[in-house]
Amino acid sequence: MRAIESLLVEKGLVDRASIDEIIDAFSNRIGPQNGARVVARAWTDEAYRERLLTDATSAIAELGFTGIQGEHMVAVENTDTTHNVVVCTLCSCYPWPVLGVPPAWYKSSEYRARAVREPRAVLTEFGVELSDDTEVSVWDSTSEVRYLVIPQRPAGTDGWSEDELAALVTRNSMIGTGIASTPGGR
Amino acid sequence: MEGVHDLGGVEGFGPIPNRLDERPFHHEWEGEVFAMRILTGFWGGWNTDSGRHSVERLPPTEYLSMTYFEKWLASLVNLSVEAGFITRSEVESGAPDPGTQPVEGAVGPDVVRKVFASGGPTLRTIDEPPRFASGDSVRAAHHGHSGHTRLPRYTRGRVGEVTAWHGAHVFPDRHAAGDGEAPEHLYTVRFDAQELWGADADGGHTVSLDLWESYLAPAS
Repeated sequence: MRAIESLLVEKGLVDRASIDEIIDAFSNRIGPQNGARVVARAWTDEAYRERLLTDATSAIAELGFTGIQGEHMVAVENTDTTHNVVVCTLCSCYPWPVLGVPPAWYKSSEYRARAVREPRAVLTEFGVELSDDTEVSVWDSTSEVRYLVIPQRPAGTDGWSEDELAALVTRNSMIGTGIASTPGGR
Repeated sequence: MEGVHDLGGVEGFGPIPNRLDERPFHHEWEGEVFAMRILTGFWGGWNTDSGRHSVERLPPTEYLSMTYFEKWLASLVNLSVEAGFITRSEVESGAPDPGTQPVEGAVGPDVVRKVFASGGPTLRTIDEPPRFASGDSVRAAHHGHSGHTRLPRYTRGRVGEVTAWHGAHVFPDRHAAGDGEAPEHLYTVRFDAQELWGADADGGHTVSLDLWESYLAPAS
């Protein structure tokens, strides 16, 4: 690997400063903290929530999150009767601007194979318990459209600020393999 | 192509691994491979779709045993060789072949920041009106071409309902093959679990996918 890197740099194909820029961006600036801002805004601002559900790309861009692997966004909302979960069975497509680089499990053969066939069993492994009458809606990311799950707002958070709420929004809750944390729950 | 990458619904896999591990990169080299694969893409030797196809073309046993970033590294090397950016002998030696001069024009961090913020939208305008509308019943095709496709095996021949239209988007099957963007209308199609997996399926779920118009035919 080192040899490939030095080869590409020596041949002038890759600028080492650009490598550092990308690693820094995905380690420090682009990650699930961005998606959490979007969800917290949707929880506190009904007009924003409606824009997010109608045109997620524009609504997410309002908060400054745009670009590569997030060019065409769709937000899907969990309710008392519907639970959404996102997968990419063919590779590992994932909404980078709002969630960053996917975690290892999202890219695993196990998740990619099982999420579309037995999502309830998969969700149970993640500790998500759903009632039998909750419809599970799986989204397989086959195009350049990327999906963001809006988890349900936890009870006991009336009057909370956007910052406080954003801290409850986990990465997995925006993929659908988790729910938002409960106040004092972690 | 009928590759092992087409994993949806394949049985026999065990519990989801590393469920509690959220780190984007586990080793420094993983971040470097991630970055280099993106940066070499700036030279235009391949596009998103032919890049994905290069991962799919890894031998099946290797594909399943490699980690995600190992696949990206293999793909980075294969694409760079196929595009003529580097040679196999350079990959083996780790140094430029004797007598080669470095190229000029690698993108710097400023350009990276700009391109990351704008991305590469795939929405296009075409003259043809969309053939399907929300509520239409459609059957996924049985096509079996050996190139890149975004029609997963588990949907082929199955009937679903159109739930959204996304406009026309670059068509991966032809884009990956070097036939230009060939945009087609793109739809979200929702399938019931029992249609996909049979009557004994883990019930009460649906699977929605984004499928291009030529993957679909009217079901009734």
